[in-house]
Amino acid sequence: MLEIKGLTAKIDDKEILRGIDLTVPDGEVHAIMGPNGAGKSTLSYVLSGREGYEVTGGSVLFNGRDLLAIEPEERAAAGVFLAFQYPVELPGVGNANFIRTALNAVRRARGEPELDAVAFLKEARSAIKALKMPDDMLKRNVNVGFSGGEKKRNEILQMALLKPALALLDETDSGLDIDALKIVADGVNALRGPRFSALVITHYQRLLDHIVPDRVHVLASGRIVRSGGPELALELEANGYAGLEAA
Amino acid sequence: MSETAFLDRVDFAARTGEDPNRGRAAEVFRAHGWPTRADEAWHYTDLRASLRSFDLTLPTHDAPDIGGMIPRTATPKVIFVNGRFDESLSALPHFVRRFDHRAAARADRALPLVSLNAAVANDGIQIDVSGGTDAGTLFLISGTDTPSQDMLAPFHRIAVGAGGSLTLIEVIRGAGRYMHNVVVEIALAEGAVLRHYRLQDESIDAVNVTTALVDLREGARYEAFTLNCGAKLSRYEAHVTLSGPNADVHLNAAQLLAGTQHGDITTVVAHRAPHCASRQTVKSVLAGSARGVFQGRIEVAQQAQKTDGYQMNQALLLSPDAEIDTKPELEIFADDVKCSHGATIGAIDPEQMFYLRSRGIPEADARAMLIRAFLDEALEPVTDEEARSIFEAAIDVWWQKGVL
Amino acid sequence: MPAVTETIETIDRLTDGGYKYGFETNIEMEFAPKGLSEDIVRLISAKKDEPEWLLEWRLKSYRAWLTMQEPNWARVRHPRIDYQDLYYYAAPKREAPKSLADVDPELISMYDKLGIPLNERAALAGVAVDAVFDSVSVATTFRESLAKVGVIFGSISEAVREHPELVRKYLGSVVSPGDNYFSALNSAVFSDGSFVYIPRGVRCPMELSTYFRINARNTGQFERTLIIAEEGASVSYLEGCTAPMRDENQLHAAVVELVALDEASIKYSTVQNWYPGDAQGRGGIYNFVTKRGACRGRKSKISWTQVETGSAITWKYPSCILQGEGSSGEFYSVALTNNYQQADTGTKMIHLAPNTTSTIISKGISAGHSNNTYRGLVRIMPKAHGARNFTQCDSLLIGDQCGAHTVPYIESRNQSAKVEHEATTSKIADDQLFYCRSRGLSEEDAVGLLVNGFCRDVLKELPMEFAVEAQKLLAVSLEGSVG
Repeated sequence: MLEIKGLTAKIDDKEILRGIDLTVPDGEVHAIMGPNGAGKSTLSYVLSGREGYEVTGGSVLFNGRDLLAIEPEERAAAGVFLAFQYPVELPGVGNANFIRTALNAVRRARGEPELDAVAFLKEARSAIKALKMPDDMLKRNVNVGFSGGEKKRNEILQMALLKPALALLDETDSGLDIDALKIVADGVNALRGPRFSALVITHYQRLLDHIVPDRVHVLASGRIVRSGGPELALELEANGYAGLEAA
Repeated sequence: MSETAFLDRVDFAARTGEDPNRGRAAEVFRAHGWPTRADEAWHYTDLRASLRSFDLTLPTHDAPDIGGMIPRTATPKVIFVNGRFDESLSALPHFVRRFDHRAAARADRALPLVSLNAAVANDGIQIDVSGGTDAGTLFLISGTDTPSQDMLAPFHRIAVGAGGSLTLIEVIRGAGRYMHNVVVEIALAEGAVLRHYRLQDESIDAVNVTTALVDLREGARYEAFTLNCGAKLSRYEAHVTLSGPNADVHLNAAQLLAGTQHGDITTVVAHRAPHCASRQTVKSVLAGSARGVFQGRIEVAQQAQKTDGYQMNQALLLSPDAEIDTKPELEIFADDVKCSHGATIGAIDPEQMFYLRSRGIPEADARAMLIRAFLDEALEPVTDEEARSIFEAAIDVWWQKGVL
Repeated sequence: MPAVTETIETIDRLTDGGYKYGFETNIEMEFAPKGLSEDIVRLISAKKDEPEWLLEWRLKSYRAWLTMQEPNWARVRHPRIDYQDLYYYAAPKREAPKSLADVDPELISMYDKLGIPLNERAALAGVAVDAVFDSVSVATTFRESLAKVGVIFGSISEAVREHPELVRKYLGSVVSPGDNYFSALNSAVFSDGSFVYIPRGVRCPMELSTYFRINARNTGQFERTLIIAEEGASVSYLEGCTAPMRDENQLHAAVVELVALDEASIKYSTVQNWYPGDAQGRGGIYNFVTKRGACRGRKSKISWTQVETGSAITWKYPSCILQGEGSSGEFYSVALTNNYQQADTGTKMIHLAPNTTSTIISKGISAGHSNNTYRGLVRIMPKAHGARNFTQCDSLLIGDQCGAHTVPYIESRNQSAKVEHEATTSKIADDQLFYCRSRGLSEEDAVGLLVNGFCRDVLKELPMEFAVEAQKLLAVSLEGSVG
């Protein structure tokens, strides 16, 4: 599914990623943990194609395709989904309209038929119900006036409807109370299957209680310094990140 | 005296100097005449009409006692009496000298009052703060007491060298009937800082038109606050040009007007370089049948990307006959900018009044308290304690005039 | 990443490449000689068989115009207009049709092409249309059904003949001939336009609409529209405008007057899509229009909504005179300029009476080398106790060769009035674009979506029939259809 080799990247001449090697096979969920400033968010932005990040070396293959060579919307069409750490507000743009436009753009790119308004609403309402979100979520403007938790849930709603092959969850757990955390986790778990992979970026163990990862990687100073099973997250929770950079 | 007669005197005064620029400035002014509402820049202030009742002359040289107009603590200080530098009252630091007016004249077709000043200016000071030095605080005090309907036209030039800094406190007071037409040129070199606090508390029969022309180079900072509470008619016009990147201007003002006063604050902040910031908060408190004017334009040139421009102007009308006219303007030619302005006009919030009074605060005190709170944001750049106490005192005096 | 370039291309597609109304129609026309004189004014009046009072009114206007200067305070630049080099009268040669059946089939097919079927069976349900071709009303649909409830809807020439007392009472009562240079010109030479009268207590049962089409070359266009809503009446009126693509500029100087009496309400919507000129700024309409409504009655209401995407130059300030106690005025505007277009548009809200309210929402979008200015006046007069105004002006810049300007004049002479004004200028934020693209939207779709979101507060004020057209104009896919 995802194969990252020797990936280096910088912002404004500052090197943030210093050689990332990471493979996420089909159907697996990997967690990326690490201290602030380790490069976790940079990794998710580089993978989704945000401007301002200069890739200076290495490669990223996504289902055999060179991910770094294509535009952000092409990556979305190919099945990459980034759940933003700070979801962006779009004043005046209705949420339903936004998601349907995105969904149909992706469907078009995949050669699938577009959904009409009725079919879309049906699907969206059932997703909303499954995620235990309020109905008016669709009527409001994208993320405008949403609480922190609502914004994160809106990301999960979009993910549920866009059905990506690879989800990048960038600190989706930050700012969530325990109920919201469970909803988010349920949303991710519902997609789990042989054709879905995820990179879960987080500071804390607690999200991983609900989304149990296949592998855990520790990112520090722009490199993966340790990898292990789910037990690694528990160890980090107990001992912190101190000393890992030397490892 | 008719306007023509006055213009003739301006011509005569301009020509008596050796400087041909003065004659030219007089011609430029004569071609335009006093500004009227037909000049878009003077949309709400008809200076020609206001001066009709004046019998303007150019000054003679008597020296009244203005001791009472000078703040006690002020030192070092530059004192002007009736528009002329007074050496005996002044205590000059080394970086200030009397200005040679012959070098000052500079006509400007778009600014008729600057041309007029250039034609007849006969005194002023030059402040030169050398680079890298903190020159501390300087008082510039203007006291006027003349019944002779003089037009006083000082010209000041202030330069702060790279990395230098200065706090300038201007106090303008007066008695009698006269017109002040002041021009101040300010040049701030790379990284220079000028804190400029100005109290205009002229005679209630006077006219004060002050034009400040400010230029900021890279990384320079201009922190300004002006409070207008005097004069029958006043206009404070500031043109601030951000000509180097990362420069920063904080251009605040307030006016407290009562009776039949007319106060005009006009500002043009021109962003000509990238990454500059400008902030402005302008407040008007209008009692009696006073008329307040605020015109504020933010200009952003095509190259001035990443400009951050903010402007807020608010007016409080304290009486049924007060009037406020405001014209905040944005003129923007660069796309990657964040510019905004806001304006609000209204009376004192009756609910706030009631809340204070229900706590036992008498009505007049409650009003004073709310008005003082209204002004607070505008006073924010005044970090200097001496300056602040001068402004607080001026505001107190304003209450005591019984305008409320 | 050339985000800006691509964005500009998107806007190009929105405005320039997309001008699909640029065809010409071959209709035999009758012209008066070029130039303007008292004789031409008399000729126009005679052609229309007008009563003496109206001829006098025109002549007075013409004489006033001669003494006036073209206004120069707007932020627009254009070569001097030679008023003697224009035709002031052009009309299709055929006799005025007595019913839809008599309308020149060529004209009907042209309006079909514009998506304005004049055949009532094919017409948009619930919309009556007055079709004005080169300033002459050529057809009005649904007249009979409207007449049943007492609504008069037709051309102003006809109203002069059939309802002279109404026309005489109200014509020029809101925009006097001497109001400004262009209103004086219009008053002297206006050819036709729409007339609407809604009697007391009647809610007009359908949307009324006028579709303006400029066709003839070198011909000034001077329509005159007058809408009167009697006590308790209400009406929603729509106007659309297109013109052929031509290299030379063409002058359009219309006057619109609205009168709302006690508790009456008038909603006036415009989708202005006159030919904007080409990418080099050649050609296009000079749209110098005076629109004003008088809220004469207690609790009356006038609401202007405009979507301005066309014209080389727009000079237009739909205004409200709030004379009736508790009356209210609204102005909702989207103005999009591209290439070398210039727009100087806004509103005037004059609060004369107590408890009057006004709302101004203006959204300006500048692209290409265009300049887009909001110019507005809010004036609270001494008797307007408790008046309220809220103004929001936002500008969006797309590219670094264009300009966005905001020039509000705010004047308050009443202590108890409350005025609030906010204005912002910015570009489309990079993070918003990236967010949309990371969800699979192409950059142009993302821009379209965000521009539409930016304009939403205005677009939602348009009646459905026009909202669709307006949204298409702003390259919108499905905003508003869900939720």
